[in-house]
Amino acid sequence: MSGQFIAAEGLPWPPKVDDFYLPDVAGPFVTKFTLMIWLAVGLLIIFFMASYRNPKLVPSKSQWYAESIYGLVRDNIAREQMGKDGIRFAPYFTVLFCFIAVTNLFGVTPGLQISPNSHIAFPIVLAAITYVMYLYIGVRKQGLGRYLKQSLIIPGVPWPMHVLLIPIEFLQNFINRPVTLAVRLFANMFAGHLILLVFTVGGFVMLASDNIFVQVTSVFSFLMAILMAFFEVLVALLQAYVFVTLTANYIGTSLADGH
Amino acid sequence: MYVAAEGVEHHPLVPIWQELVVGTIAFALLCFVLLKFVMPRMEAMYQARVDAIEGGLKRAEAAQAEANQLLEQYRAQLAEVRTEAARIRDDARADAESIRTEILAKAREESDRIIAAGRESLAVERQTIVRELRAEVGGLAVDLASRIVGESLADEARRKGTVERFLTDLESAGAR
Repeated sequence: MSGQFIAAEGLPWPPKVDDFYLPDVAGPFVTKFTLMIWLAVGLLIIFFMASYRNPKLVPSKSQWYAESIYGLVRDNIAREQMGKDGIRFAPYFTVLFCFIAVTNLFGVTPGLQISPNSHIAFPIVLAAITYVMYLYIGVRKQGLGRYLKQSLIIPGVPWPMHVLLIPIEFLQNFINRPVTLAVRLFANMFAGHLILLVFTVGGFVMLASDNIFVQVTSVFSFLMAILMAFFEVLVALLQAYVFVTLTANYIGTSLADGH
Repeated sequence: MYVAAEGVEHHPLVPIWQELVVGTIAFALLCFVLLKFVMPRMEAMYQARVDAIEGGLKRAEAAQAEANQLLEQYRAQLAEVRTEAARIRDDARADAESIRTEILAKAREESDRIIAAGRESLAVERQTIVRELRAEVGGLAVDLASRIVGESLADEARRKGTVERFLTDLESAGAR
C-alpha cells in the first residue's frame, strides 16, 4: 500500500491479525469474544425456552421456527448421515448448529461485527466435543480393538499396502478430522472478517484520500463490503451446516459396522 | 493503534486458554439447558405430530378398508339374495310344472276311467239288449213261424235248435 493511504490517521490499515485481538473488557476472561459467547448462549436459551414454554400440536410462530430448525437438523443432517440411529443425536446437533450459526452470524451483526469463531479457541472446543464423542461412541459400540481395526484397516487390500495405508488412515481419522473441523470453521470466519475489514476500512481509507478519483472509487469498496456481508451470511449458515453434517458423518461411521 | 494496546503477540492458530475455558463452560451450559428442558419436548412434539398425521392417515385408511369390506360384504349378500330368489323362482316354476303335469295326468286318468266305465256299461247294456232282443226276436220269429207253418214245428227241441243256429249264423254274418 502506498504511503498516501496510511496517511488516513487512526484507521487500522492494512487489516492484520492484531485486529482480531481486541483489548480486554475486564481481565482475560471478560472480553468482547467471551461476552459474545455468553450472548449467544443467552439468546438461544431464551429463544428456545420462550418458543417451547407451552408447545402445542398446532404450533405458534416461534414454536414453528424452533421446530423448523430442529426438523432441518433432524431430517436433513442426522437421518441423512446416520440413518434412523441418528435421530437420538438430533437434539445435540440442533444445539450445535444453532450455536455455530448464531456465533457465525455475529460476524455480520451490526455492533458486534466479528464472529467469536474467528478465534480458534471456540471452534477447538466444539471440534473437541465432536472428536471425543465419535471416539467414545465408536469404542463403546464396537470395542477398542474392532473400532481401531475398522478405522485403520481397509479390507480387501494386499497386506504390504497396509504399511502405507494404516498411517494414512490414522492421520485421516484421528488427527485430520478434528483439526480440519476446527480450522475450517475458524478460517472461514477469520477470512470473512478480514474481507469485510478490507472493503470497509479500505473504503474509509480511500475516502480520506486527497485524490478525488480514489474518493469516488471508495463507493465500489463499500458496495463490495455490503455484497460480502450478504455473502458472509450464507457462509455463516453454510459453515454451521457443514460442521454439524461432518460431526454426524463421523459419529455415523463410528456407529456403522464394518467399512 | 489501539489494537496493539494489549501488547501481546497473537498467532491466529494458537487458542487463548481463557477462551477455551469460557467456550467450554458456556457451550456446556447451553447444551445442558436445551438438552434437558427443550429438546426432549421438541422430539416428543415431533413424534406426536407425526403420530397425529400418520395416525390420522392410518385411521382414514382403516375406515376406508372397513367401508370397502362392508361394501364387499353387502355385495356378496345381495348376490346371495339374488341367487336365492332365482332359486326360489325356479323351484316355484318347477313345482308349478310338476303340479300341472300331475293334475293333467290325474285328469287324463279320470277321463280314461270315465270313458272305460262308459264303455263297459255300454257293452253291458248292449249285451243285455242283445240278450233280450235275442230272446224276444227268437220268440217273435217262432210265433210268427208257428203261425205261418202251423203245429208241425211246435216240437220243443227242434224249434230251439233251429232258432239258435239261425241266430248264430246271423251273428257271424254280422260280425264279418
